[in-house]
Amino acid sequence: MTDSDQRWYDEAAGPLVRLYAVTTGRAHVGSEQRLDLMTVIHALPDAGHDPVLSPEQAAILHLCRPRPHPVADIASDSGLPLAVVRVLLSDLLAMGLIRATPPVPPARLPDARILRKVIDGLRAL
Amino acid sequence: MDSERSDAPAPFLTLKILVAGGFGVGKTTFVGTVSEIRPLNTEELLTEAGRMDDSLDEVTDKRTTTVALDFGRITFGDDLALYLFGTPGQDRFLFLWDELATGALGAVVLADTRRLRDSFPAVDYFERRRLPFVVAVNCFNGVRDYSAGEVATALDLDEETPVVLCDARDRESGKEVLITLVELAGEAATAPATTEPV
Repeated sequence: MTDSDQRWYDEAAGPLVRLYAVTTGRAHVGSEQRLDLMTVIHALPDAGHDPVLSPEQAAILHLCRPRPHPVADIASDSGLPLAVVRVLLSDLLAMGLIRATPPVPPARLPDARILRKVIDGLRAL
Repeated sequence: MDSERSDAPAPFLTLKILVAGGFGVGKTTFVGTVSEIRPLNTEELLTEAGRMDDSLDEVTDKRTTTVALDFGRITFGDDLALYLFGTPGQDRFLFLWDELATGALGAVVLADTRRLRDSFPAVDYFERRRLPFVVAVNCFNGVRDYSAGEVATALDLDEETPVVLCDARDRESGKEVLITLVELAGEAATAPATTEPV
């Protein structure tokens, strides 16, 4: 392969697959499934069967396997736009491969010690 | 419920803070100074942005644009993380503000005394939503032409809204702004609500 060939495939060239091909053309999912940026995604233990996943879906599962990640982190790590990530996540949800925990509203935080922990943590930065 | 399963991992709590303000006021600098800043792209339809649509034909007919948000993370141990989101400046992305503000702990409005009026939309927005916020005056090059009180008067702020002078490039200064906000949010969370948020 020549140098000029390789240059076509670097990161700056952008994705080689059109973005919404990854989601088979879907830009949105139903509003009832819209995942908040701060919703935490947990990968569920392998159910035993081996579903056919796209590389992007497999990458999300791989990312969330060791520890849960919020949707915003997943979008950032994958480099895909948020809308695309939301579609991929709703597919994984439908397949029963992940669990989504919505964020706790500030007014319903379990106790005031959490904000104290944040303040102490910020001081220690 | 799934969350009550005994094999569920320890809950991972996320808190969200918005960083708003006019164009060029130092939002990106602020987020990058206090947190691990990362790219986050939201591809948005410019027309009918809020409409839910399943059809590919519809999508390809419409113009999409990539809105890059400033997005930063500060983690506290294994189970708690604070996320900072810089809000996009242009009015046409206001619909993104609603999503970002939902469930937020509070907001930082960065202000530049040379262009105070640029802070009005953000101040109005957070006052209307009754989201706790602090105004952080970014003192470029250490220039402190106005006192916090003067800025509060110029912005017609409610009495309880703190104004702090800061330097967005300085980590200690940024930390103080965030601590002021989290303390304010803590008071807001424990005070009885008098009015429902709009």
